[in-house]
Amino acid sequence: MRGDFVSNVVTITGVKKLYKMGSEIVAALNGVDLKIDSGEFVALMGPSGSGKSTLMNILGCLDRPTEGSYKLLGKEVSGLSDDELAKIRNKTIGFVFQNFCLLAKLTSLENVALPAIYAGFDSKKRLAMAMEALEKVSLADRAEHLPSELSGGQRQRVAIARAIAMKPAIIMADEPTGNLDTKSTGEIMQIFRDLHATGSTIIIVTHEPDIAQAAERQILVKDGKITKDILTAHTDEKIDII
Amino acid sequence: MLFTELLKIAWQSLIANKFRTILTMLGIIIGVSAVIAMVSVGMGVRKNVTDSISRLGSNMLVVMSGSSNRGGVRGGAGSVTTLTYDDAMAIKDKIKNVAYVSPTAQTSSQVVYGHENWSTTVTGVIPEYVAIQSLSMQSGIFFTEHDVEVRNRVAVIGTTVATNLFDTVNPVGKKIRIGNAPYTVIGLLKSKGQSGGGQDQDDVVLIPLTTAQERLLGITHVRSINVQVADADKMDEVQANIEKLLRQRHRIRAGTDDDFNVRNLTSLMETMTETTTMITLLLGSIAGISLVVGGIGIMNIMMVSVTERTREIGIRKAIGATYNSIMLQFLIESTMISILGGIIGIIFGVGLAQAISKFGNFTTVISSLSIVASFGFSLFVGIFFGMLPARKAARLDPIDALRYE
Repeated sequence: MRGDFVSNVVTITGVKKLYKMGSEIVAALNGVDLKIDSGEFVALMGPSGSGKSTLMNILGCLDRPTEGSYKLLGKEVSGLSDDELAKIRNKTIGFVFQNFCLLAKLTSLENVALPAIYAGFDSKKRLAMAMEALEKVSLADRAEHLPSELSGGQRQRVAIARAIAMKPAIIMADEPTGNLDTKSTGEIMQIFRDLHATGSTIIIVTHEPDIAQAAERQILVKDGKITKDILTAHTDEKIDII
Repeated sequence: MLFTELLKIAWQSLIANKFRTILTMLGIIIGVSAVIAMVSVGMGVRKNVTDSISRLGSNMLVVMSGSSNRGGVRGGAGSVTTLTYDDAMAIKDKIKNVAYVSPTAQTSSQVVYGHENWSTTVTGVIPEYVAIQSLSMQSGIFFTEHDVEVRNRVAVIGTTVATNLFDTVNPVGKKIRIGNAPYTVIGLLKSKGQSGGGQDQDDVVLIPLTTAQERLLGITHVRSINVQVADADKMDEVQANIEKLLRQRHRIRAGTDDDFNVRNLTSLMETMTETTTMITLLLGSIAGISLVVGGIGIMNIMMVSVTERTREIGIRKAIGATYNSIMLQFLIESTMISILGGIIGIIFGVGLAQAISKFGNFTTVISSLSIVASFGFSLFVGIFFGMLPARKAARLDPIDALRYE
């Protein structure tokens, strides 16, 4: 079971992230080992300051570990340059953020088509991909709307469409329901479940146990280390409550 | 592919902030139009000067008798007496592209009218002198070929001489004395003012060449022959032909020096052109400073824009924008501002130059070089001052940028 085995999407070994605070060195991550298989639905949990955001940034190739190895789809990425990481984020990772992070001046369709611009696809292909993604989140009828004309839940669905438009290997969602009401939260979690059902690998960062229950695996980060890594023993009814 | 998308993105962001874009552009517009208008004023001055020099005779050749050399003692220019009226006529008859030929003989003399007297230059000329010097008459007439043939004692005087001798009396028809002989004043020249060299061109008395040679000076040679060339481009050719012809006529053996000099006014022209070019450059560079200031304006606004759009940059980077694509996006924006500003500035500048010439009664010359140069400079300014904000944007850390509120 080595990390270069393809079914391992993520293989992290001995990852440390150190920050210098004045003369002191603070470890945001202090030796983390983690493997995530293709098609897994993982919830990353932990109190604030635990290091889960740092881990999420490293997993999302927004940041590099100070020490240790990170193999994404069997390829070592811990030593890559900013531009190489940007290309990996573009093609391999789809981000969903707590505050949606849509560009206010672009329509839903244009927002969803944005990653494809940086992939260099032509406009016909881009719009086709974006439309397909919007259909998956049932928002095809809102394609020409600006984010300001959509509800919170709809905005987050556009953001999910943007995350899946490039058909990435991993979908990373950082507190995706943090700004939503209960009803929208249910809708969003349903979408994640559907995506999971079609084989997507999903990592959700959350501090709400209810959300974590929706995932099939829960990882708890505390003081820069993984302290718990369990499979969720959930039933379908539980998810329906959410 | 990506580049055209970045063009679109930049354009959309300019449109989204129309008012700010226009204000930023204003700096470039003012700069470019100032350069074009100022340079056109400078070029106008230059054209005026060049025109007035060529009116003086830029296509004028002056044949002077040369210096003598007897036993090693060299006399001054004009000390040789071989240049004659016949030489002048030969130049006129035998050399192509010669418009007018005007041989002169000159002396300084006391001129007397009644109780008044005045020391001035008396020049013997032929009627063609009028054309060659662009003279015109204020009153009376110029003497004719006939006066030259029969050596009439007639004179045409300049306004300075007229004022000093006659005060307010009309000099035409009056008799003056030059070298104790009476001359009838038949004409008064229109004032020409000072020459380029600072000489008073109105302090002259003109008499027929033959009269001057035989009755006043008692000589047979002429002091100089002014030759006006028909075509300014043929100056060198005509000059060479004159030299050849005169060497022939004066039987100068090959290897020995000429006994005459042929001069032209090009050096004066060059000096004046140099001066006016300096004026143009000065005006242009002062206006150019406003272009630089406009560029700093672009940098200011772009800096603010980058800060304002930190989150946008974060989002773009998170979904895969590279350093270069962010850099280009902002660089294109600032370049677009400078290009658009440049184009509007050209239109304004040309309009301004035309307005100056129309309402300010001032010659302006719009040069394509100043248009191209100021546009190029504004483009450079846009890129140069856009670089810093664009780099700032491209170097943003996506994590920090996403967290920015």
